[in-house]
Amino acid sequence: MDVAIIGIGIHPFGRTEGVSGLEQGVHAARGALKDAGLEWTDMEFAYGGSSAAGNADAMVSKLGLTGLQFINVSNGCATGGSALQSAYMAIQSGMFDIGMAVGFDKHPRGAFTVNPQAGGLGKWYGDIGMALTPQFFGMKIQRYMHEYGISEDALVRVAVKNYKNGAKNPNAWRRIPFSYEDVASSQMVCHPLRKYMFCSPAEGACAMLLCRADKAKQYASKPVFLKAVAVKTRQFGSFEVFSQSQALNRAPAPTAQAAAAAFEMAGTGPEDIDVAQLQDTESGAELMHMAENGFCEDGDQEKWLREGHTEIDGKLPVNTDGGCMANGEPVGASGLRQVYEICLQLRGEAEQRQVPNNPKTGYTHVYGAPGLSGVTIMTN
Amino acid sequence: MASVANQVPIAEGLFTWPSNDPRLLGSKCRDCGVVTFPAQSGCPACCGEATETIELERRGKLWTWTIQGFLPNRPPYEGPETPETFKPFGVGYVELPGQVRVEARLKTEDPAKLRIGMDMALVVEKYVERDGKDVIAYFFQPADET
Ligand SMILES: [Zn+2]
Repeated sequence: MDVAIIGIGIHPFGRTEGVSGLEQGVHAARGALKDAGLEWTDMEFAYGGSSAAGNADAMVSKLGLTGLQFINVSNGCATGGSALQSAYMAIQSGMFDIGMAVGFDKHPRGAFTVNPQAGGLGKWYGDIGMALTPQFFGMKIQRYMHEYGISEDALVRVAVKNYKNGAKNPNAWRRIPFSYEDVASSQMVCHPLRKYMFCSPAEGACAMLLCRADKAKQYASKPVFLKAVAVKTRQFGSFEVFSQSQALNRAPAPTAQAAAAAFEMAGTGPEDIDVAQLQDTESGAELMHMAENGFCEDGDQEKWLREGHTEIDGKLPVNTDGGCMANGEPVGASGLRQVYEICLQLRGEAEQRQVPNNPKTGYTHVYGAPGLSGVTIMTN
Repeated sequence: MASVANQVPIAEGLFTWPSNDPRLLGSKCRDCGVVTFPAQSGCPACCGEATETIELERRGKLWTWTIQGFLPNRPPYEGPETPETFKPFGVGYVELPGQVRVEARLKTEDPAKLRIGMDMALVVEKYVERDGKDVIAYFFQPADET
């Protein structure tokens, strides 16, 4: 049973004073229903989650107490992607015909606060100042740049591109482009990564309506088909966030595993992808994820960026909506934001940031603590 | 130097303590030989359950590093600084030969003095004073500075 996305909804990302994360989720859910011309009473099930803004199933008190199956999803940075995968499996299994995946969040300002014990780490690890995700990203890209001869220029170019794309996205948070100089001279946060190379915790919500592919045309003139959904966790030997120690051997990252599983499921390869959203927690992440997802060789990224291959009119546009950098990171919503953007691109509705020549196949990728990744592949 | 009675390790079992020559403690899998830090009961490589606690090497090579540039959130951070007194600090992974790469605070915060592949040495010393006692933690520093 193939699965289609027939409705999409979003609450603008960034900071919305006086509107709770849950209310932003309700806004996105109503948007997705309206997009498909459906009512909440038509939903047979929903999967939803947030990391810091409460239980998604509390949305039913506002959307209506229809008695549907509503399951809360909590899976770190892959919460939105996991909600989508759960909805996909619910339909693919034949158990349901139509339902919703929704994610929202509202984080306090400043860096994410981590609870080491909840992640199975000793209290000392936070006490001494090592339970910070930016350190991991700094250390991973430091090593990567050393191994593959990549310079700071590439880190700056990723950020400049993403803010430029964000400026064309009415739902993005940061819509003023930063110059190369702005990024290159911003404050050093975790060497070699600077302030404007990082995304920040934020707010926002996204919702998707999914149905059996054979019924998609009843609801949507331009359905988008989910060809693959894969979530993988770390294996022994990959370099992951919050690792008190690392193995001497090296193993492929969870991203590489999720990508391989998704390409196999979809029966396609990296060369078939027309537009991609790749996790850009910071510039280094987008760089490394270009290679981990199979789009380029390790070390080719700097050349790709200088030649503009990941720009909206390039051979593989990456983060056309501005990514996490321009949208901020509401953990529960980010994965679904990527899917929202791919749906717009495949429907030809991305306006100022529309990828030219009618893209047919899109790709999304999330990565997060403590070492998990989710990938989807979609076609129109 | 303060008496041992006035010193407490930041966590039990991370390193030998008290000791004149403290060593980090890891675990080695009896089945596949893989070493982890800190010591743990199961093996992340082969899923075996039989591990033994071993003392880790005191010296190794810097595998990667960064400089923490802002005061971490408290909790979980419990270091002694205030926003006014905070100074960036180094963090890295040190590869202990034939064993494991250990994550550690570094005793230098100057990017010009850190280089992937450089020799590093273990230092076990006071991290912070808490409840009238010195809290002892582990660090690595460039071997030519020890
Ligand atoms: Zn083993």
